[in-house]
Amino acid sequence: MAPLLNIQNLHASVEGKPVLNGVNLKINEGEIHALMGPNGSGKSTLSNILMGHPKFRVTKGKVMYKGKDLLKMKPHERALAGIFLAFQYPKEIGGVSLEEFLLAAYRAKQKHDKPNDPPVLVFRFKAMLDELMKKLKMPEKFAERYLNVGFSGGEKKKAEVLQMAVLRPDLAVMDETDSGLDVDALKTVCAGIKQAMKGKSVLLVTHYQRVLKYLTPDFVHVLKDGKIVKSGGKNFAEELEKKGYEAL
Amino acid sequence: MKPSRKNPSPGVFSGLNRKTFDHHDSTGYMKKFGKGHSEELVRVISEDKGEPKWMLDLRLRAYRHFFKAPLPSFGPDLSKLDLDGICYFAKAADKKGGFKSWEAVPKEIKNTFERLGIPEAERKILAGVGAQYESEVIYHKIEKEWARQGVIFLDMDVALQKHPDLVKKYFMKVVPITDHKFMALHGAMWSGGTFLYIPKGVKVEKPLQAYFRMNARSMGQFEHTLIIIDDGAKGHYIEGCSAPKYGSSALHAGCVEIYVGKNAKLRYSSVENWSKDTYNLNTKRAILSKNAVIEWVGGNMGSGVTMLYPASILKGDNAKADHLGIAFANAGQIQDTGSKVFHIGKNTSSRVIMKSLSKGGGQSVYRGDLRIAKTATNAISQVECDALILDPKSSSETIPNIESANDTATINHEARVGRLNEEDVFYLMSRGIPQEEAEAMIVNGFINPIVRELPLEYAVEMNRLIQMEMENKVA
Repeated sequence: MAPLLNIQNLHASVEGKPVLNGVNLKINEGEIHALMGPNGSGKSTLSNILMGHPKFRVTKGKVMYKGKDLLKMKPHERALAGIFLAFQYPKEIGGVSLEEFLLAAYRAKQKHDKPNDPPVLVFRFKAMLDELMKKLKMPEKFAERYLNVGFSGGEKKKAEVLQMAVLRPDLAVMDETDSGLDVDALKTVCAGIKQAMKGKSVLLVTHYQRVLKYLTPDFVHVLKDGKIVKSGGKNFAEELEKKGYEAL
Repeated sequence: MKPSRKNPSPGVFSGLNRKTFDHHDSTGYMKKFGKGHSEELVRVISEDKGEPKWMLDLRLRAYRHFFKAPLPSFGPDLSKLDLDGICYFAKAADKKGGFKSWEAVPKEIKNTFERLGIPEAERKILAGVGAQYESEVIYHKIEKEWARQGVIFLDMDVALQKHPDLVKKYFMKVVPITDHKFMALHGAMWSGGTFLYIPKGVKVEKPLQAYFRMNARSMGQFEHTLIIIDDGAKGHYIEGCSAPKYGSSALHAGCVEIYVGKNAKLRYSSVENWSKDTYNLNTKRAILSKNAVIEWVGGNMGSGVTMLYPASILKGDNAKADHLGIAFANAGQIQDTGSKVFHIGKNTSSRVIMKSLSKGGGQSVYRGDLRIAKTATNAISQVECDALILDPKSSSETIPNIESANDTATINHEARVGRLNEEDVFYLMSRGIPQEEAEAMIVNGFINPIVRELPLEYAVEMNRLIQMEMENKVA
């Protein structure tokens, strides 16, 4: 069976500067992959390119997703096809509440997946949202706040996971979702990811090994200077922790 | 989530589209009315209305002043406005005092207001409604309950006949005919408009609305609105306006005069959506007594050139003014809008929040005038102007004038200019929302603090109008 996501020899640049220099990565359905590496290795770039960030330019290579050329799709088409990016630095959008934004996103996805179904009723959506928020230990009032405006770092990360849980993607790219969270929040967030992504695929982009205690990856990759320099199984992460990236 | 402002259940104004505004009825009635202004025309208008002599005298004084007064020395270029090509007075239905019911209104005119959602709004949410078509009010009605409590809500021409003393006492006193050139022209040519009087202590909770519609090419509309809120009373007045697009100049020079009595409160909301070939040179001014409150909530979407600066004169101690406004300047539009606040009484306070949008080469200007008189001890004023520029062709400017003659005043002025951020749009798109919708969402979020102050139905209308401007791709 063809992989869900197949990144082949991907090269990319930002403002003329090369950041990815031939990335190869296959992710199958139901797999959790951890992508690790030092600062500036290109982890965030790769995450953003998968979502179609306008700032990055792909100069070479191919990305196939569900058998389609992902790079030809617009960001919203990628989302509708089941890709989700949890942003490292989510944007603050004034005047738009978290719940009305998520309702619009949910309805867009629903219209795409089941065009003949009537749009979800507001109260049903609200009930679902309430439940997911409870699981993530977010206060109810949060839904009415403007999207990420004035949220703390941890609150922003939780809100990203909430969005993921609402939209139920097939492939979630978590860009340093674990950074800036205390241990309790980290546990809650990982439990949330686990539950929402059961049987689905996750690309966990992280700097730290500690998140892997709560979300066990099937594969671990190290990205360095815009290339995957080494890959391994779940034990590879521990090895990395001891030896550091420098040894690679 | 209540029926949200951005996800409305189908409402009164949800069917509005560009065609609604650009549709125009047949204009056969225009054959009777010529273009251009003259003293003779001023006399004809006054005679047609059967006005008392003092009103004719006022018109003639105003007309003479019109020639003396110069064009404004600031703001947009008005040299292309051909005042001889404007039709100053036209009646389509020719029915003095308007019709008693919508059924009696000529079908074509009635259909126009139906499309604009006015009769439905009257049935569902309003305490009263007035509808003006060209120079005449064709329908004006208030719910019996309010009429019984002494609320007067009339066509301005009818009010002059029925309540001449009240009108004479207040007419063009807070905005004198010498105010500026277009107020002189207004004083000479005025026709129609609304008269609202809310007696002492009466609190009208439901809004009262007037809708002003221009239909024919090169029309000039000069409606006069006079609102008197007596001591301890409360009201909410809403004004809507629109006109079809022809490609030749039309002129709107309305005048709104508002008197808010002691401990009284008025909210004045307006959604102005004149066609892109209209010069909207409108003057609105309120004078406030002790402890009085005025709230201006306005949206300016239409017009080629707008010059509109609602003014509050805080004469009484503790009087308070809120000015909330949105201006959207699209291709070929100049939105020169703002506010004027004059603090005279002690402990008076004002708050101005203006949001402007510029797109497709449109120019938006915030022009503010804030004066604190020597007598205005402990005055407080806060001004916030936010501009959102949607593309590199468009522009925005802030021109505030602040003069204070009292050291105890607290004045705070903030202006921010931002551009539509590609990364914000990407963030929303990454959740499955198409680009145009994502941009509209950011724009709606930007204006939300103002729009939320409107009644739900009008908030929906405003969002719909903004959406139409966002979709409007001008080649």
